[in-house]
Amino acid sequence: MTKFTTLLGASAALALVAGAALAEPAIIFDLGGKFDKSFNESANAGATRWAEETGETFAEFELTAEAQREQAIRRFAEQGKSPIIMVGFMSATPLNEIAPDYPDTKFVIVDAVVDQPNVRSVVFNEHEGSYLVGMLAAMASQTGTVGFVGGMDIPLIRKFGCGYAQGVMAANPDATVIANFTGTTPAAWNDPAKGSELTLAQIGQGADVVYAAAGGTGVGVLQTAADENILSIGVDSNQNYLHPGQVLTSMVKHVDNAVYEAMKAGEAVETGTQVMGVANEGVGYALDDNNASLITPEMKAAVDEAAAKIASGEIEVHDYSADESCPAIQF
Amino acid sequence: MERMPRWADVLLVPLISLILAAAISAIVILAIGENPWNALKIMVTGALGSSYAWGYTLYYATNFIFTGLAVALANHARLFNIGGDGQATVGGLGVALIALYLPWPHWTLALLAAIVASAAFGAAWAAIPAYLQAKRGSHIVITTIMFNYIAYALLTYLLTGPMKPSGTMETATAPFPEGTHIPSFRDLFSHGETILFRGTPANVTFFVAVLACVLVWMLIWKTRLGYEIRAFGFSEGAARYAGIGSTKIIVVTMLLSGALAGLMAINNTLGEAERLILNAVEGAGFIGIAVALMGRSHPLGVFLAAVLFGFLYQGGAELSLSTSIPREMVVVIQALVIMFTGALDNMVRMPVERLFANRRARGTPVAPLAGPTAERAPDRAAPPSTPTTAE
Amino acid sequence: MALDAASPSAAPPAIELRGISKAFGPVQANRNISIRVMPGTIHGIIGENGAGKSTLMSILYGFYHADSGEILIDGRPTRIPDSQAAIRAGIGMVFQHFKLVENFTVLENIVLGAEDSGLLRPSLARARRELRQLAKEYELDVDPDATIEEIGVGMQQRVEILKALYRKADILILDEPTGVLTPAEADHLFRILGNLKAQGKTIVLITHKLREIMAITDNVSVMRRGEMVATVRTADTNPQQLAELMVGRKVLLRVDKAPATPGAPVLEVENLRVVDAKKVERLKGVSFTVRAGEILGIAGVAGNGQSELLEVLGGMMRATGSVRLKGRPLDLSGREDARDRREVGIGHVPEDRQSEGLVLDYTAWENMALGYHHRDAFANGPFIDRPAIMKNTIDKMQRFDVRPPDPMLLAKSFSGGNQQKIVVAREIESGPDLLLVGQPTRGVDIGAIEFIHKQIVALRDQGKAILLVSVELDEILSLSDRIAVMFDGRIMGERIASETNAGELGLLMAGVTGEAA
Repeated sequence: MTKFTTLLGASAALALVAGAALAEPAIIFDLGGKFDKSFNESANAGATRWAEETGETFAEFELTAEAQREQAIRRFAEQGKSPIIMVGFMSATPLNEIAPDYPDTKFVIVDAVVDQPNVRSVVFNEHEGSYLVGMLAAMASQTGTVGFVGGMDIPLIRKFGCGYAQGVMAANPDATVIANFTGTTPAAWNDPAKGSELTLAQIGQGADVVYAAAGGTGVGVLQTAADENILSIGVDSNQNYLHPGQVLTSMVKHVDNAVYEAMKAGEAVETGTQVMGVANEGVGYALDDNNASLITPEMKAAVDEAAAKIASGEIEVHDYSADESCPAIQF
Repeated sequence: MERMPRWADVLLVPLISLILAAAISAIVILAIGENPWNALKIMVTGALGSSYAWGYTLYYATNFIFTGLAVALANHARLFNIGGDGQATVGGLGVALIALYLPWPHWTLALLAAIVASAAFGAAWAAIPAYLQAKRGSHIVITTIMFNYIAYALLTYLLTGPMKPSGTMETATAPFPEGTHIPSFRDLFSHGETILFRGTPANVTFFVAVLACVLVWMLIWKTRLGYEIRAFGFSEGAARYAGIGSTKIIVVTMLLSGALAGLMAINNTLGEAERLILNAVEGAGFIGIAVALMGRSHPLGVFLAAVLFGFLYQGGAELSLSTSIPREMVVVIQALVIMFTGALDNMVRMPVERLFANRRARGTPVAPLAGPTAERAPDRAAPPSTPTTAE
Repeated sequence: MALDAASPSAAPPAIELRGISKAFGPVQANRNISIRVMPGTIHGIIGENGAGKSTLMSILYGFYHADSGEILIDGRPTRIPDSQAAIRAGIGMVFQHFKLVENFTVLENIVLGAEDSGLLRPSLARARRELRQLAKEYELDVDPDATIEEIGVGMQQRVEILKALYRKADILILDEPTGVLTPAEADHLFRILGNLKAQGKTIVLITHKLREIMAITDNVSVMRRGEMVATVRTADTNPQQLAELMVGRKVLLRVDKAPATPGAPVLEVENLRVVDAKKVERLKGVSFTVRAGEILGIAGVAGNGQSELLEVLGGMMRATGSVRLKGRPLDLSGREDARDRREVGIGHVPEDRQSEGLVLDYTAWENMALGYHHRDAFANGPFIDRPAIMKNTIDKMQRFDVRPPDPMLLAKSFSGGNQQKIVVAREIESGPDLLLVGQPTRGVDIGAIEFIHKQIVALRDQGKAILLVSVELDEILSLSDRIAVMFDGRIMGERIASETNAGELGLLMAGVTGEAA
C-alpha cells in the first residue's frame, strides 16, 4: 500500500508539472447530472461550446453523493486542473474549506458566493429575469390569473417565484399568482408527471400562463400547457422551441456563458464575485421566431423599458434571498 | 432444514452472485467500448488500494452498517422497516439540534450526546408506524414509507426556513461549532510525517457502527428480548402462546430499529459535513434493505455487505473520475450487484443447494424441488440431510 | 416373521420393488426393501413417523432415486426418473398436503399440466365429459365449476383422486389420506376406494392408523426404521400384532391406570362465554369443575368450542364469565396473558404444537424455555442463561426419551412424536397445578402415544388437575376419569368414564341429549 501511495503521489506531482505547462479545465456537475434540462445542462453546453471552438479538452465529474463534493474538488486540484468549475450552491461550503489548500488553482463556482482569493463566484439575478417574464405573463393573460410551478422548495426557486410575482403585479396589479412546488426531495427536479398535474390544477384555478422553474419537471409543465392550449414560460435555457407558438417566452439564465467565459479565460480567470443580471445580459427573456407571434410590440416595448430601468437601477426588483420574504406573494 | 453447509450459505452463494454480477457488468462495459478489466482495476485500487480509498469506502460502509442493522433487526421480528431513510433524516435533525444549540467543551461529550439524540429522534420517527402496526394493524411497510416523505418535507421546511442561516442559498444549517468536530481517520491514524486517510470523510462513527454490530448481535442472540423478538418473528402463534406480547415486541423492535437508522446521521452530519444538509441521507435507508438481505440479517453479514456497498460507491466514483464511463453505468453496476445478491438470490442458491444435495446423495441426481421435498410437513419422513428424523 | 402375501390371481404384481435402498447422508431411510402389490387390491403400508414410508413412495413416484434396487410395474422393469415418468407408468399419487390451485375451478385443476394442446377450451370440454363418467363410476361427485377455495377438504381430496384418474392412473398411492377428514368424510373415501378396487385399480394406502388398515386393506406391509419387517394378509392379523411389528416391542394400546382419587376443586369454570372477532359466539355459557388428581376429558367433534376453551384458560383469548384456579379468580378481560397463566400454575400443551407449542425454527433447547424464558432459572438479568437451559434440556430430553437427544437440533427436524414430547416435557416439568392438554397425540406415532399417556396419568397421580381436550374418542375414553361432551359451544353432558361408552358419547357429540342413550 505504501508503494502504491508513493506511486500515486508521484503521478500527482507529475500531473502538477504537466499542469503548469498546459492546465486543463474541469467541471463538476451537481447531483442532477449534466442532462438535467436545467442549469447543469446549460453549464455542459457552455463547456462543450468551448471545447468545440478551441479543440481543447476538459475533465468532468457528475456528483452522485454529497461526500463526493470534496473528493472531486480535491482530486481535480491534485491532478493540476485549473480552473475547476462547480455548478450549484451546495458546493459553496466545501469549496470554502478546500480552496485555501490549493492556492495555485483557480476555482469557479456558479450560483453561490465563496469569498476566497482564488475563487470566482458567479451569481445570477434570477429575480430580475423572472420579473421580466412575469410582466409578459400578466400582459398575455386573458383571465388575470397566472401560475408558477417551482421544482424543489428551496430559497433559490422562491427567488424565481418572487421576481416573477413582482413582474406580474407591475404589469397588472389586480392579477392573481398561484405558486406550487413539485416536492421536497431532489426528485422534484425530475418529475414531469407531477409538473403536469400541478399545471392542470392551476388551469383549473383559472391560470392561462404558467411559468416553470423546475428543471426536468418543467418538460411536463410545458407539454401540458401546450396540450391544454394555454401559454407556458420556460426556464434557464431558451425552451421556446419545445412547443413553437405555445411557449410565451423563456427566462434565460446564461450559465453556459459563465462557464464558457471561465474556460476561455483559463488560469487567468478573474476572481471575485461576478453578478450576472439584466444589465450585463446574464439573465433575460427569450425572443425568437418561435414566440414572435405571441409577443406584441406593446408587450415588447413595456418589457424592454422595464429591463432598461432595472439595468439603470430605477426599478429595484426585490431579491427573496436577501431577507427571505417576498412583498408580492406568500409562499 | 440445512440443505448445505453454513460456509456455502454465507460465503459461497454471495460470492457466486457477485461474480455473476461482475460478469454481466463486464459485458455492459464492453458494450460501451471500455475495458472491463481496466475498470475493475480502477474500482479495486480506488476503493481498497490505499488509505485514501479506504477512507471513503469505510465512510459509506458506516452509513450502510447502521441502516443495514436497522432493517436486519426489524427483520428478526418479521417487520419490514422501509423507513430507514426518514428515521436517519430525523436522526440528523437530532444531531443538529444538540450540536448547534448546546455548548460542547469536548468532542467525546458531543459524540455521546449525538448518539443519544440521533437514536432518540430516529426511534421517535419509528414510534408512530410501530404503534399503528401494533394497535391498528396498519401495514408497517406503508406507514414507514409514508413517514419517509413526511421526514423529507419536515427537513425541507426547517432547512429552507427556521434552521437555515440567513443570507445563504444552501439548504443546510450553519456549520457546527468547533467543539463538536469529531476526529476523522486522518486525525486518528496519521503519525508524524505519514499522513493517512488524507481528505477522506471516514471518522470515529465507524467504530460506533462496529460497536452497534456487536451490541445488536448480543441483543438478538443473547438476551431475553432478542429471544422474544426472534420467537415472534418465527411464529406469532407460538409467541402468543408463550405470553410474548405482540404490541410490546413490535413497538420495542421498531424503536430500536429506528434508533439504529437514526444513528447513521452522526456519520454524515457530525462526522462528514459538520452541518446538517438537506440531502444528507441520500437513500442509505433503502441501501440498508439490500445490505440486510445480503447479510442474512446477521450483524457480521451486515458489516461485510455494508463494506461491499461502500466499495461499490467509492469504486464507482473512481470509475467516473478516471474513465469516461458515465455515472449512469456506475448505477447499473451497483444495481446488478443488488439484483444478483438480493432479488435473484434463489437463482444461485437453488443450484448450489442441489449440488450439495447431490454430493450427499453420492452422485445420484435429484429431481427438481417440486412436490413433496419442498413442502413436506416437518414431522414426515426424512427429507435430505435431516438425518435425525429417521430415529 | 415375513410372510408372503397370497396372490389373488396369477397376474404379475402391479408393483414390485426389489431390494430398494436409499440413504440421505449417514441415514439409511430405506434398506433393501422388497414388496409385491397385487393388481386390484388395496395394500396398506404402515409404520411410525420416520419409518421410511414416504421415502419409499417418493422413490416410486420419481421424486427420489433409489441408491440400489429395481422397480417393476406390471412385471416389467421400469425406470422412474421423475414424476412424469411415474404418470406414464400409470401411477397416481394423492399427497397428504393437496397440490391444488386455490382460485382455479375443479375442472381447471384437473386439466392443469395435462392439457391436450396450447388451447385450453378443448381440454376443458374433454375433461368435463370424462369427469362426468368418472363421477358416475366411482361415486366421485364434485362440482366441476366450483373453485377449490369454495369446497371442503373432503372434496379437495376427491379432486386429487380425479386428477390421478384423469391422467389414466391404474395404481393410486394415497399418503395419510384421512388425516384431514372427518369420520363421515373418511367413510366416504373408503367407499370410493372400494369402488376403485372393484374396477380393477390397485391402491396403496400409507397410514399409521391401525383401524384404517384393518377396515379396508387386503394386505398390509409394516415398516420399521427403514426396513420392511413384514407383509401379511390383513385378515390374518390384528391391531395388537401390527402395533408390535411397528414399534418392535410390546405396546399397550389401552392406558393402564388406577382409579382416580379426586381432591379439592382446582379449576372452577362458570358460565364462560366467548365471542370471536367475527362476532360469532363460540362458547355459550360453559361451566365445569376439575379436581385435583383427576383427568376431565372434553369430547366433541372439532370446532365446537373446545379450542376456544383451551385458549381462554391458557390466557390467549378473552372471555366473560368466571374462572377460578384454586379459589382465586382469573382475569378474563385480556389484561392477563399466557405468561400470567403460567405464573399462577397453569401448564398448557396446545392443540397445535407446530404453530403454537413450538417455534419450529428454534432449537430444542430454545423451545424448552418457551414461555418460561423470563424465569430466574433460565435468565440472567436481561440475558438468556443458555448453559442453564441447555442442562435442563438435556435432562428433560433424557427423561422423556426425546430422540435424537440433541438440544441443538431445530424443532422442525424432530418427528411429530418427539416434537410433542418436547412440549409435554416442558409443560409437565414446570410443575403446574393444572395442565391443559389439547390433542396430545395428534400426528404422533404409537410408541410416543403410549409414553405421553403414561406421563399424563403420572401427573394426575401426583394430585394435579388435568383438562384433556381430544377429538379422538378412544383417547378420551381410555385416559379420562370424567368426560364432558361439547357441542355448539355448550357442554351437552358429563359422564363418568367407566360408566359410559362410545355410543352414548357419540350421540351427545352430535347434539342429541335426553336419556335415550
